Amino acid sequence: MLDIALKISLALMILALLLNVYRLTVGPDLPDRLLALDTMYVNSIALIVLMGLWLNTKTYFESALLIALLGFISTVAVCKYLLRGDIIE
Amino acid sequence: MTLYVVLEGIIAFFLVAGGVFAFIGSLGLAHLRDFYMRLHGTTKATTLGIGCMLTASMLYFWVIEGKPDIQEVLITLFLFITAPVSAHLLAKTGLHLQLRHIDKTGGSPPELRAEEIGKRPIPHRDHGHG
Amino acid sequence: MIKPRAWLPTPLLSILLLMVWLLLVRSTAFGQLLLGSFLAVIIPLGTHRFWDLQPLVGKPMLLLRFVLRVLGDIIVANIEVAWLIANPWRRLRPHFIEYPLMVEQRFTITLLANTISLTPGTVSANLRMDGKTLLIHALDVEDEDALIRTIRERYERPLKEIYEC
Repeated sequence: MLDIALKISLALMILALLLNVYRLTVGPDLPDRLLALDTMYVNSIALIVLMGLWLNTKTYFESALLIALLGFISTVAVCKYLLRGDIIE
Repeated sequence: MTLYVVLEGIIAFFLVAGGVFAFIGSLGLAHLRDFYMRLHGTTKATTLGIGCMLTASMLYFWVIEGKPDIQEVLITLFLFITAPVSAHLLAKTGLHLQLRHIDKTGGSPPELRAEEIGKRPIPHRDHGHG
Repeated sequence: MIKPRAWLPTPLLSILLLMVWLLLVRSTAFGQLLLGSFLAVIIPLGTHRFWDLQPLVGKPMLLLRFVLRVLGDIIVANIEVAWLIANPWRRLRPHFIEYPLMVEQRFTITLLANTISLTPGTVSANLRMDGKTLLIHALDVEDEDALIRTIRERYERPLKEIYEC
């Protein structure tokens, strides 16, 4: 049962990432692309968690945490740049 | 033995629910028609989706290893704290760049009225809260 | 409640940091406990002048109830929003709403804005410079005043009671 659930979940995540890529390439404005990138960060965390379940290991959790940190900070930095034209004031 | 079947069912449910939520978030990102609406899908649905998956993973390793290990809570909490902050900043950026919203949107915030801001480049009016 | 001291300006933050450290290294060995405590004292000492004053929680039980309510709302709201997004026949009625704030302190406003972003179909979009109006974008609104009233009664009033009384 767990095997099938894992496969369904992986398939859904891949579809989600494809939709994000669609928005990333099409997205009419810069914030749209930024939003797509932010979502891709979060979805890649999900992929890492699923991979950890698949391989039955907890080794990758630190990397998931790092991706979460980097995703948030880069989103905030680019937002600040778009808002002010400067990151550190 | 039945306990394991029930636990497996719960973990499988959380996994599938997480996948569905994350997928719907991205679906909203792809098919909604203006930037402000797209924000909703990704800040809420995706975050809850990842929360579900991390819960599933936490339960799984709890069952496998036989002892509770709540490291996943760290990622979940971090995501739930940061998601609204980045959503707020993104919405602010959208307002600042005066992205168009679809016509049936009710209400007209002064941030998006051309006559109150003037032509670009726009000096942003809010200097207090970053 | 531990009183703030010169070498421990933010006790709650220090406890939180220690817990995060122990979760990160996944052990409660004495050495890790010692190192974590050291970091939990050093990091706030270096950074506390960037932080706002820590507000006092007057009613911890009320805070707990508020957190549980918000968690429940997050789940319900997500199912609602997921349905709104996934259902192709549903006509969405997005709306910009100017929400007049009742709370005054920056910390409370931040909490309220985050709560709004996480719950039913609303994202806080901008806080006006005077700190009295919050611009909210909502995904599907039938009645503007009803939404404002819901936010006021359900989230803002408990927050004000917890932090500003």
